[in-house]
Amino acid sequence: MLELRIKGRDFERPVLGDIFTQIRRGDRICLLGPSGIGKTTLLNAIAGLDRRTPATAFRGRETLRLGYLFQEHRLLPWRTLGQNLAIVGAAGTEIDRLLESVGLTGYQHHFPDQLSLGMARRAALARCLAVEPDLLLLDEPFASLDPVRAGELRTLISELLDAHPHMGMLCVTHDASDATALANRLWYLDGHPAHLQWDAPVASDVETIVQSLRTSMPLL
Amino acid sequence: MTGRGYAPVWCYWVVLPGLVVFWFLIAMALDSSLLPTPLAVGRTLYAEAANGELWLNLGATLARVAVAFVIAMGLGVTIGVVMGRSETTNALLDPLLLLMLNLPALVTIILMYVWFGLVESAAVLAVVINKVPNVAVTLREGARSLDPKLESMATAYRFSRWQRAREVWLPQLFPYLMAAMRGGLALIWKIVLVVELLGRSNGVGFKLNMAFQVFDVATILAYSLAFVAVVQVIELALLQPLERRASRWRRPELAHA
Repeated sequence: MLELRIKGRDFERPVLGDIFTQIRRGDRICLLGPSGIGKTTLLNAIAGLDRRTPATAFRGRETLRLGYLFQEHRLLPWRTLGQNLAIVGAAGTEIDRLLESVGLTGYQHHFPDQLSLGMARRAALARCLAVEPDLLLLDEPFASLDPVRAGELRTLISELLDAHPHMGMLCVTHDASDATALANRLWYLDGHPAHLQWDAPVASDVETIVQSLRTSMPLL
Repeated sequence: MTGRGYAPVWCYWVVLPGLVVFWFLIAMALDSSLLPTPLAVGRTLYAEAANGELWLNLGATLARVAVAFVIAMGLGVTIGVVMGRSETTNALLDPLLLLMLNLPALVTIILMYVWFGLVESAAVLAVVINKVPNVAVTLREGARSLDPKLESMATAYRFSRWQRAREVWLPQLFPYLMAAMRGGLALIWKIVLVVELLGRSNGVGFKLNMAFQVFDVATILAYSLAFVAVVQVIELALLQPLERRASRWRRPELAHA
């Protein structure tokens, strides 16, 4: 689906080193790694937002539809939720359906700043889905939510992924348990400049993998 | 992002009426033709309105203000936003902007009249040249403060140019636009009066010049007050409702419970 080829050279202190990998349809990847290593930079590079990552080549990005869930909701604060969804292409009953799918039925005419953090994040998730994405980019979707809300959101994302089996996911997280709950593939980004130190499927031996990650990376 | 409530209505009716009373008392005490009472000014205003002079001159001035305002805002907003978004353009134009900002209005007016003659277009052009730098400076600040996070969101979701301008930029630039419009209106009509005083045969400025020749203070005050009243009406009837409408989304009473 997406061939990712990042060349981190020709730059004084590149955040990202050479990365060459592929994301296939239905891949659910959790991207782990220490803080500040370049996980968000990698997401931004994929979304075409990082001009400082040089010689970045992607095959398939032109036709790829991306739903990007930023750390902040980044909804337009002067537009209602319904309008925010309409701007990215949702229309009529689709708006109701999208809001319903993230548990925000009846909030169509609310402004983003009237919502709690968790609700705003779910509204932003609805916007991701509104573009009918091939790939979901999630940047720490569970950060600063209390454990109950985080758990609910994790269930919600898991259900949405099951409902759209062709939709891929690349989710930045600090929590290895997110990976076991959501992912079928694990990336571990580390080093200066950062490389994919680990690119492994999460299969039946989930616990083994997490265990080996734990032993090799004390941060987890 | 925090919204502010609105002040009670009576606030608008304290200072100005107080000023009129103060004026009345001083004028009574001095009893001089150089400071007529509010009543005398009111009589002059009525007479001028009755013989049609007031509307003719007020209309001429308002037309010049409107034309100059639209052109100056259009040019100033464009230049300001481009300068705020592009460091190269900013570096190129900044010295020119500084020069224009510090060029006295009188100098531009005289130069325009000398070069183009005592014609309408020279008068309006002089006003525009005076106002564009102020608008540009204000809007440059606005364009610089555009939120890069919303910018990258617009890129990630492939907003069109038009969507980006309308949905992302305009709401963020709105407070700067309002500031430029308010300041613009105030500055432009003052300059228009000077332009009219120096080289037009109608308008409030022309009328003020005539009154000045014969020390007719009542007429001077009558015309000044008439125009200030017009500007107040524009502020109350046009700018404030516009502002209220546009900032609906940050009203505190809508806040999440």
